[in-house]
Amino acid sequence: MKLLTSFKIMLGGAPQRPTSYTPEAEAMQEAKRLVKGPEKARQIKAAHAEKHSHKWRNIRWATLIMVNMIFVLSFRFDVQLVEGSLTASRVIGFHFADLNSAIQVMLAYKVILINLVIGTGTVLFLWWLLGGRTFCSWTCPYHLLAEIAEKVHLALAKRKMVVDYPLHRGSRTVLYVIFALMAFVSGYTVFESISPTGIVSRALIYGPGLAMVWVLGLLAYEIIFIRRMWCRYICPIGLTYGFVGAVSPTRVTYNMENCLHEGDCRKVCLVPHVLECTKKTYAEDVNVAIGADCTRCGLCIDACPTGSLKFEIKGLSKLL
Amino acid sequence: MTEQDAPPKVVPTPHPNNKTRRQVMRSIAMGGAVVGASLFGFFPVLRKWTPRLRPPGAIDEADFLAACIKCGQCVQVCPVRAISLGDLDEGFGVGVPYVPAREQACDFSCDAVQCVLACPTGALSHKVSKKEEVHMGLARLDRPNACLARKGEGYKGPARPAPFKGVHRYAEIDRWKPVKLAEYKYDLELCDLCVRECPVPNAISLEPMSKDPADKRRTPVVHQACVGCGMCEMICPTEPASIVIDIRRKWGDA
Repeated sequence: MKLLTSFKIMLGGAPQRPTSYTPEAEAMQEAKRLVKGPEKARQIKAAHAEKHSHKWRNIRWATLIMVNMIFVLSFRFDVQLVEGSLTASRVIGFHFADLNSAIQVMLAYKVILINLVIGTGTVLFLWWLLGGRTFCSWTCPYHLLAEIAEKVHLALAKRKMVVDYPLHRGSRTVLYVIFALMAFVSGYTVFESISPTGIVSRALIYGPGLAMVWVLGLLAYEIIFIRRMWCRYICPIGLTYGFVGAVSPTRVTYNMENCLHEGDCRKVCLVPHVLECTKKTYAEDVNVAIGADCTRCGLCIDACPTGSLKFEIKGLSKLL
Repeated sequence: MTEQDAPPKVVPTPHPNNKTRRQVMRSIAMGGAVVGASLFGFFPVLRKWTPRLRPPGAIDEADFLAACIKCGQCVQVCPVRAISLGDLDEGFGVGVPYVPAREQACDFSCDAVQCVLACPTGALSHKVSKKEEVHMGLARLDRPNACLARKGEGYKGPARPAPFKGVHRYAEIDRWKPVKLAEYKYDLELCDLCVRECPVPNAISLEPMSKDPADKRRTPVVHQACVGCGMCEMICPTEPASIVIDIRRKWGDA
């Protein structure tokens, strides 16, 4: 049931406030209600005494750049460690295939390709282990460009030069179905021709072309009109990996105990609906695992002044 | 002040659904725009704006565009970098490999069609295991009047002078190191470059143009063994090339 709720929210449903709480959560809510006025102010001040770090963001950016650079340098210097691009590759001889690209190809071509099945199997396992949409924030080169564009957007918004026009999150679900249908009906991998992930990945490895104009156009649109439009409301790759990561052992977890419910985490999050539980009275338990749509980017962990959000590897935390 | 005296309060009550409605309308507009943008890819494909010579083993064009996962592994394994990837102007052909024969042809110096082996989806069909089985197209003498052999002329110097960047792996120089065509000089009494450098046996030959033994003139004749790799198109020293590849043409086609 919880998995279904997590899917529902990922597909565009609005998160609901829980109707019942565990006794521990209820007791904790009660205890928090008693902290008011000066005491609360003191707590907030204490929590924000230190400037928040960018630890996870820096690790992530370094990883993202490194992964993409391995592709680039491997080709440039012909070391054959990693061949191909993010849509499909061979890593030390093993087939890897991007799940979404593989689905598009098989829908369009209507043949089950053994190498692709092997390649997607490897990738499926890898991203299940690492958390599904981890692909987005830790690997996708467009994600990094979009993060930079988002910073520009926010800086301009602060000066009231641009306004974000948010869209309905269900758009991505609808587009996912449309792109799948278009591939199947037309027999062409329609989405691949506009996917900035593939375009940027190939541009890095094989050199940029006209297609980068489309990507720059998208980024410009995101800066001026819609914050993180592609990743939030369009990209089917994110949704595909979202399903993979739904049951992943690697995830972000929330602990209510020290949370001051200020919402700093939701402000930096690409998919703030997954952090709804951090609102006052929205967590049904003391510990809550963050939902399927989470990209495990760690921005919320960096932003949280009370350490209420953490990375967790299911099963491993108990062992350690 | 009684209740009746009070001026009627006109509170502008925004329709509670207005915001959502606007958001949904915006979302539909965005979705339409993105789908529309993606469908632009149809034009170059259906109108055949950019016909491309596909790498060895490429299956039928429509299937090829569908089966290719646009990863470029074929580009990476080619020892002479004969394969390029399609750009935005090719619509659904974005990221799909092709051989720009005049700039850099496939010379099969890799022996076992490496690009085919590299392809993870079979868009380059694994049924092809040697160069003789490849079928990319057929060579055709496009400008007979420009052909040097037909004029009985020789050729001196690099087949394609600088700044031409194309390379070729000459078995007699170094089997494994490609040489720039611009740095390799020929001295031929009669230009026979297309025949001399053709990597496929019995694909092309020079035939006499008359019965007169003193007549030096020869004409290149393409035979059924031709696989359409484009080597002759690249090496042809006339500008533009006298011999070209007809993409995907089969023996016996008009």
